[in-house]
Amino acid sequence: MNNTLLEVSGVSVTFDGFRAINNLSIQIAEPELRAVIGPNGAGKTTFMDIVTGKTRPDEGRVIFGEKSVSLLGMSESQIAQAGIGRKFQKPTVFEAQTVRENIAMALRNVRGPFDVLFGRKADNREDRIREVSDEIGLTDALDQQSGALSHGQKQWLEIGMLLAQDPRLLLVDEPAAGMTPAEREHTTDLLVRAAKTRAVVVVEHDMEFVRRLNCKVTVLHEGSVLAEGSLDHVTNNKDVIDVYLGR
Amino acid sequence: MKNTFIARNPSVLWFLLALAVFTVVVTILSEATGFGLISTSFLKTLGKTLCLCLVAIAMDVVWGYCGILSLGHFAFFGIGGYAIGMWLMYARTEGLVQVSLQSSALPPTPQEITDAIGSQIFGVVGSSDFPVIWAFSHSLTLQLLAVILVPGLLALIFGWLAFRSRVTGVYLSILTQAMTLALSLYFFQNDTGLRGNNGLSGLQNIPGLEDRSQAVVSLWFFWGSAIALALGYVLFAYVVSGKFGSVVRAIRDNEARVRFLGYHVEQYKLFIFTLTAMVAGIAGALYYPQAGIINPAEIAPIASIYLAVWVAIGGRGRLYGAVIGAALVSLLSSWFTGGSAPDINLGFYVIKWTDWWLVLLGLSFVLVTLYFPKGIGGIFDALGRKRVEGDAS
Repeated sequence: MNNTLLEVSGVSVTFDGFRAINNLSIQIAEPELRAVIGPNGAGKTTFMDIVTGKTRPDEGRVIFGEKSVSLLGMSESQIAQAGIGRKFQKPTVFEAQTVRENIAMALRNVRGPFDVLFGRKADNREDRIREVSDEIGLTDALDQQSGALSHGQKQWLEIGMLLAQDPRLLLVDEPAAGMTPAEREHTTDLLVRAAKTRAVVVVEHDMEFVRRLNCKVTVLHEGSVLAEGSLDHVTNNKDVIDVYLGR
Repeated sequence: MKNTFIARNPSVLWFLLALAVFTVVVTILSEATGFGLISTSFLKTLGKTLCLCLVAIAMDVVWGYCGILSLGHFAFFGIGGYAIGMWLMYARTEGLVQVSLQSSALPPTPQEITDAIGSQIFGVVGSSDFPVIWAFSHSLTLQLLAVILVPGLLALIFGWLAFRSRVTGVYLSILTQAMTLALSLYFFQNDTGLRGNNGLSGLQNIPGLEDRSQAVVSLWFFWGSAIALALGYVLFAYVVSGKFGSVVRAIRDNEARVRFLGYHVEQYKLFIFTLTAMVAGIAGALYYPQAGIINPAEIAPIASIYLAVWVAIGGRGRLYGAVIGAALVSLLSSWFTGGSAPDINLGFYVIKWTDWWLVLLGLSFVLVTLYFPKGIGGIFDALGRKRVEGDAS
């Protein structure tokens, strides 16, 4: 693949002597939908922390985009502005604010305090808010406090905020946790649609959910890649069966 | 733009209206222009209260909206007071010195005048030389600039260091308190050149207005304080509304998440911290000419803690809440500690309010924090909701 968007190579990170990530190498193309699975402590969340700048690796390279920018020297906000969005495991929307305010804050737009204060805004702002809220099915709830939304709706709002950011790479941590089957289906649709134009990486525990995503799967174990390929391919891999599925 | 801003924030209009009515009523009742029902000393108390309200809304923006519990904003207030106090003392002493030297046989040289002013001002700390920090004290314009720039610069440097290192929560509060303590200890020293624990005094005598009575001057300062509060209120209401306010409140609720949205959180915090420090400086510069005296005890950490208590009791995250809290608690405080509150005789024990006021204040702070986290301002929210529900049914 020569349209590689994100290239993680030889990355290691140690927390108090514990090797959370061990010589990890992953490549994500654009567009692509990728599922990352693995048992607890395999380093899935740490992988996301490294890409989004929350954790600095001890060694290795993280390269983004066709200009091959290294993400390692950048702050979280710079990485986000470069086009990487992240959804956390627990839905983290700003509960004291309305759905509209949440989406408006996320919209790809000026980010500096003075620009925001003096209201330099894009012309199509309301249109874009509508577009996003239609996509996540929350148009009727635009003026509601987002704290009053259901768990599933909060997850969608957070995905919507990511879409509003218009990132090239979307990192999604356990989007289906705590959702009803119907909500899961809707979430799958959202992610598959989003992955048509951009790279989407989904970290997930739930095999059934991953099967529905119908995409390439990377299995992590003890901080490095154990297997990679289609879901059927990795589930038939002996190593994978030993460490993960055969528990 | 203006229309939508007012339309989105109707409480701003209500506040300005209430403040205007209050100002007119006080003016009519004052000694200078009207019935004289409000004594000049009480007029000064009211004017000072307006200044405290101004620093309280600044505190509310930095704490209630942005989530930075600063225990240093009263230090910025005090610095503003010192900055204007230096000019007030210098200019007034210069006037007095010139009058007293007029009678001498030879006309005084500029050096003699400077020396005379110096020994007048710094005699109490056994010195007569002007310290370097008084270099601009002859100029009202420069000292007015200092009222804004010194607190602003201090907040900018302090905030840059603290926010850059991602110091948050209680650790940041401790850091700001340490800064406040260091500042007040520094001001206490005679070597600092701000007359040590004597502070600056006679600030109620405004140079150039000697022929006006205190009743008139006090009224002018009262108006000035009211205008400053009105402008400050509109400024902060603008800052905390719209998308900027949305980001600021989001930082309070989940800083990390805002960072992943691509906002440079530190820049926002620094902006809020510095802007509120500058407004605190302005409030102090209006307060101390009405108080007449400023000394380092004014900027001790406890003052900044009181400020936080006012905002908590009034209601965090609402500008009018901060105004209510500051006005109510500071007026009650001067009533209780001023000896006007009647002591309660329990037979076996006499409750003297001068001693027990702090206990009462502490207790109400605990009760508000535990049972009414939204403070007094929260009552208005509840009333507003009830009215909306009433309209709907």
